[in-house]
Amino acid sequence: VCVHHFRSCSSIQFIKSKYVCLFDKSAFKFSRQQRLFRTSSVSCGQIVQFKLSDIGEGITEVTVKEWYIKEGDSVSQFDSICEVQSDKASVTITSRYDGIIRKLHYNLDEIAYVGKPLVDIEIDASKGVAPEEDVVETPAMSHEEHTHQEIKGHKTLATPAVRRLAMENNIKLSEVVGTGKDNRILKEDILNYLAKQTGAILPPSPKAEIIPPLPKSETVSAATKDKARKIPVPVSRPIAFSGKDKTEAITGFHKAMVKTMSAALKIPHFGYCDEIDLTQLVQLREALKPLAQTRGVKLSFMPFFIKAASLGLLQYPILNASLDESCQNITYKASHNIGVAMDTEQGLIVPNVKNVQVCSVFEIASELKRLQSLGSAGQLGTNDLTGGTFTLSNVGTIGGTYTKPVILPPEVAIGALGKIQVLPRFNGKGEVFKAQIMNVSWSADHRIIDGATMARFSNLWKSYLENPASMLLDLK
Amino acid sequence: MVLQSSLKNCFQLFCVLRTPKAGFKGTSNGGLILQSVSNDIYQNLAVEDWIHDHMNLENQHVLFLWRNSPAVVIGRHQNPWQECNLKLMRQKSIKLARRRSGGGTVYHDLGNINLTFFTTRKKYERMENLKLVLKALKALRPQLDVHITDRYDILLDRHYKISGTAAKLGRTTAYHHCTLLCNADKFVLSSVLKSPYKGLKSNATPSVPSSVKNLFEEDPTLTCEMLLEAIATEYAMRHQIDHHITLINPADETVLPGINNKTKELQTWEWVYGKTPKFSISTYFNMVYKDSVLDVKVDMDVKHGRIEVCNIDVPEQWLPPALCNELVKNLTGSKFCPNEITTLASTLLRTCPQDDDLHNKWNLLCENMGMLM
Repeated sequence: VCVHHFRSCSSIQFIKSKYVCLFDKSAFKFSRQQRLFRTSSVSCGQIVQFKLSDIGEGITEVTVKEWYIKEGDSVSQFDSICEVQSDKASVTITSRYDGIIRKLHYNLDEIAYVGKPLVDIEIDASKGVAPEEDVVETPAMSHEEHTHQEIKGHKTLATPAVRRLAMENNIKLSEVVGTGKDNRILKEDILNYLAKQTGAILPPSPKAEIIPPLPKSETVSAATKDKARKIPVPVSRPIAFSGKDKTEAITGFHKAMVKTMSAALKIPHFGYCDEIDLTQLVQLREALKPLAQTRGVKLSFMPFFIKAASLGLLQYPILNASLDESCQNITYKASHNIGVAMDTEQGLIVPNVKNVQVCSVFEIASELKRLQSLGSAGQLGTNDLTGGTFTLSNVGTIGGTYTKPVILPPEVAIGALGKIQVLPRFNGKGEVFKAQIMNVSWSADHRIIDGATMARFSNLWKSYLENPASMLLDLK
Repeated sequence: MVLQSSLKNCFQLFCVLRTPKAGFKGTSNGGLILQSVSNDIYQNLAVEDWIHDHMNLENQHVLFLWRNSPAVVIGRHQNPWQECNLKLMRQKSIKLARRRSGGGTVYHDLGNINLTFFTTRKKYERMENLKLVLKALKALRPQLDVHITDRYDILLDRHYKISGTAAKLGRTTAYHHCTLLCNADKFVLSSVLKSPYKGLKSNATPSVPSSVKNLFEEDPTLTCEMLLEAIATEYAMRHQIDHHITLINPADETVLPGINNKTKELQTWEWVYGKTPKFSISTYFNMVYKDSVLDVKVDMDVKHGRIEVCNIDVPEQWLPPALCNELVKNLTGSKFCPNEITTLASTLLRTCPQDDDLHNKWNLLCENMGMLM
């Protein structure tokens, strides 16, 4: 027996639970045949006016604050349609139907009235309309979507949304055990069914051990658990993947970075890498850490790397220079404003420590602390972020050994530091000892910096760090 | 299976969630009182979301009690630039959150308690909830002069607001939450809830400022704990349940599966700032550079928290027009956020002509622009 309920546009009421069946069986057959002969693409689904339902507390009007859909979008039952506000209450209006939005009756900030149409939805004629309790009793053979469901004579209760989920995943509703009222199939039942098929793990539910046995005579948790653990041989049914590509515009800071990196591409990069033995520096830092702590600063390796770089730049000032746009002039910068690449929520930010050439290692450490706390709070100023002349990037804190850093214009050189690893090395006596090794990767603008300069600078920097005492001789 | 007593509370929560028809109706008869162990505004708002989305409230009501460390909470459809002093908040590390319910802006700290009444949509009734709170207050201190206004505020001494209300209605469930000022920092409250931003035009829900007072000022023996106790007692009596408060941890995924995602969503820029209804800014500022004072006029349209249209009027010849256009072009589509403009502007300088004077002017202009956000 086909039981199919139709409503005409003008007599929809959402509050009352009874509704009128306006078509008899013959009319239904007729419209079904009509559907089969439809050839045009013009919609002949039924347009239903979805009225704004009662908000409660005697409220008669609300303001439309946000539309979640637009005309032409398809919606499913229970999808959010819009957000309305009334007197400090924000209400999410959800769709009662599956269908396509054909008209929005209000613009943003307009007043909408309870009981009046909110949107027009075109319902797919084959699906019919969900009654108040949101359950559709499906006849055995009347729908195309059931050709592969094979209900086998009993009615399977499930909402259209649940049916769609089952259909997307090629699940026969007859094979799913319903745990809802009257053995209705709920969304959780479909998910549980899926999980058993794929051996996937759903969030644990402590009550699973307490729930009364399911109708299919799975007695207790032990049985259910075993079934879930047995990973079945991959079945032929594909799990539908409903992920979609997402396109976003590049804006703001990221757009500016694209411009910077494109400009950097024009610089011919020369790369030079080396390995530094930091064994002595590690010991030195350990010794100095408590002293720095008493002054309120956590001493890392970076201040040493930065100061050593500045000492090197005093000998090789071309690495602290800038090439003009026409490549006609080199400007040797007097200040060593050494940039330190920071990874923040926003992305790669490079604040710089100003005038390292006149700063002590401790002063550099304090300044780094200030920049880091501002950076993580998203409060760095333009002064901290501009005027850099040379950059060091400590990507080693995340990982990696050698990298190929990109020079940040208008600078001409950059160094990237890998992670510090404990590796076996030979000492002067030919014995193996534990060395603290870090890799450095330099990139320089090959238009004005040649390999030999880069190599000599790197060697000098390396010598200061491998033998920290030597820094004392050259400190200003 | 023997249940440990500590699991019992989680268990109660779960059975209500997953089994509408299961034979647990006897246990959860009428009501449940929950209290959060966290003071994080985002976590607590996430719990509200979770209960709203997942709990079946057909056979019971739920009361959720929570307090937060300093935060400003704006209503669903409000404009934070219009409502509070974002600059001051950043300096003082006071968080900004947008809740899902409507209504106006409030300041929370540990001296303020929050109560959320969860019911089915059909049983949504704010006045009843507020009357319950009033009854609890009177039971605690009969001499308190408190009453409920038709705007669902609770006033002390006829004049001072001690509680504000907001609500959220979904398809099947609804919640009504309100604040109660016990011993909050009124000085911070009044300074953060004053917006310094000029020239804003918006259709966002405006807040209605009120004079506030702490209950503590009326009676120094009152504490937040006492108020929570009194309200819980009254609620338990009303719904004929055990006066038992179940503690919940908003970070516990096993009890509240999916809660951490909800917390994260509430913290995203897209939610907090991006949900601001479209607004426009039309303002000006003065800049002092070397020996001259310059007037700059700015007009911007901001939609979804991003600059849709931008117009900056700088005196001619001060900055090369090409550079001005570059700034405007890059600001368009960018977040309306001072950090965004700072990093954007600094990065753009890398590909500009290298001229100290130019750089100084550019930085000055961008800093001032950032002050508008």
